[in-house]
Amino acid sequence: MSEFLSMGGYGLYVWTSWGVGVALLIALLIQSIAIARSAAKEAEATELLSPRRRRRKAEAE
Amino acid sequence: MHRFANPTRFLRLAAAVLPFSAAVAALCLGAGLVWGLFFAPPDYQQGDTVRIMFIHVPAAMMAMGVYAGMAISSAIALIWRHAIADLIAKASAPIGATFCFICLLTGSLWGKPMWGTWWVWDARLTSMLIMLFIYLGYMALWQAFDDQTKAARAAAILALVGAINLPVIKFSVEWWNTLHQPASLITMDGPKIHSSLLWPLLLMIVGFGAYYLTVLIFRVRAEVHQRRTRMLRMAQADRHAAMQAAE
Amino acid sequence: MTHTFLMLIRRDLLLAHRQGGASLLAIAFFVLVVSLFPLGVGPAPEMLERIAAGTIWVAALLSVLLSLDRMFQADLEDGSLDQLALLPIPLSLVVLAKAIAHWLTTGLPLTLTAPLLGLLMQLSPDAYGALLIGMLLGTPTLSLIGAIGAALTVGVRRGGVLLTLIVTPLYIPVLIFGVSAVEAAAQGFSTTAHVLFLSAMLSGTIVIAPIAAAWSLKLALD
Repeated sequence: MSEFLSMGGYGLYVWTSWGVGVALLIALLIQSIAIARSAAKEAEATELLSPRRRRRKAEAE
Repeated sequence: MHRFANPTRFLRLAAAVLPFSAAVAALCLGAGLVWGLFFAPPDYQQGDTVRIMFIHVPAAMMAMGVYAGMAISSAIALIWRHAIADLIAKASAPIGATFCFICLLTGSLWGKPMWGTWWVWDARLTSMLIMLFIYLGYMALWQAFDDQTKAARAAAILALVGAINLPVIKFSVEWWNTLHQPASLITMDGPKIHSSLLWPLLLMIVGFGAYYLTVLIFRVRAEVHQRRTRMLRMAQADRHAAMQAAE
Repeated sequence: MTHTFLMLIRRDLLLAHRQGGASLLAIAFFVLVVSLFPLGVGPAPEMLERIAAGTIWVAALLSVLLSLDRMFQADLEDGSLDQLALLPIPLSLVVLAKAIAHWLTTGLPLTLTAPLLGLLMQLSPDAYGALLIGMLLGTPTLSLIGAIGAALTVGVRRGGVLLTLIVTPLYIPVLIFGVSAVEAAAQGFSTTAHVLFLSAMLSGTIVIAPIAAAWSLKLALD
């Protein structure tokens, strides 16, 4: 196991590369999901305030 | 193409695509990770550092691919005034910049054991660095305008100018590099990819592509909703102003 | 049409002349930046000769960059940009005229100052021709690419910094070929290839840049 972790002596480089790479990908994914959610909520809330809402709904149906 | 300019229709399509792209991304990246780290044999020259390639090369390819996609959607947005293409270009930039950054970081981490230094002005790393600057400039230009329609058109022009310029930059950097390359350095052209390394690499490339699509859908969705909020607010402000004028 | 075009160049030159000092400021900055290098790296002639080409080109590039933000800004502020857009010639030609005027007031004076800085930087005697030709072909390209950036950021918050961020990466090919032409000449090699590349980039940008900048200007005029 320790032999595997050491990666032939290059463990630091290999594990940092993968670690930071994967962490960045996950962070970007989470941030994207978060802004998508909050933007959807905000749009919904703004629409509730708008009197055009009913008419638009009716048009959609 | 204009069928997808309608935001509602686009959102519906995106919602249909999302599960597949997310599944492909998760499967390919997961399998590529396990295969690349655990099962792929170490390279006879580069030893275990070759495992960095599985994340470095896909990131480099996708950084360029995302720019190409951004340029194409910018062209579509400029020529046909396509409403969603704008947003796709805008949403792509942070993803491309992240790929660029991952590529630079892993390149540096790969360079340390191979070249003995953290950074070498290697032609590819240098082009990738310049590309990161172009991504950052593009994102900054979007931020600089209050009017989103203007921001979209300005950014689209910049993306296209960048797309014309990037091959010239790449060529000139390669030319510059051959002039200055000290003979003692090992170039990264080195590893002839053995077939046992090719499969995990391919998996990772597909995984990065699917990941891009997945994140892109979330970001475009966010942009569509933000634009709807802005339009509703503007309509409310107009109505408010009209009511006040009537009183 | 030619008449209007020439009148436009004349107008910008007159304005630059009347406001005064634009060219002098660019030259002063150019000289100042270059003279920082011997102070920074030490006055050893071999060292200076080694970095002369790069230093002079980088300093020229920075001087051009610094002068870009006034290319359209003043015209937007006093409303004359609207008038220029109404002229019977295409807006891209207006941009071209302004880029030419910009080059005449910055790129050309910088080119003429460069040999002097070559003396200060112990530039090899064989390299002066390449430096002059390279800058003659390269600085107009810088003005033209800069016109795109200036047009994109005209009337924008913190436009100057943004302009630098956008334009600098696009300047890299000119820098590379300009410097390597001087270095090739200093080592006694032919500079034909470099000159051809610089000419190719100039002819490419002279077509593309005015169109792209005119599109961008239309945004500011809306």
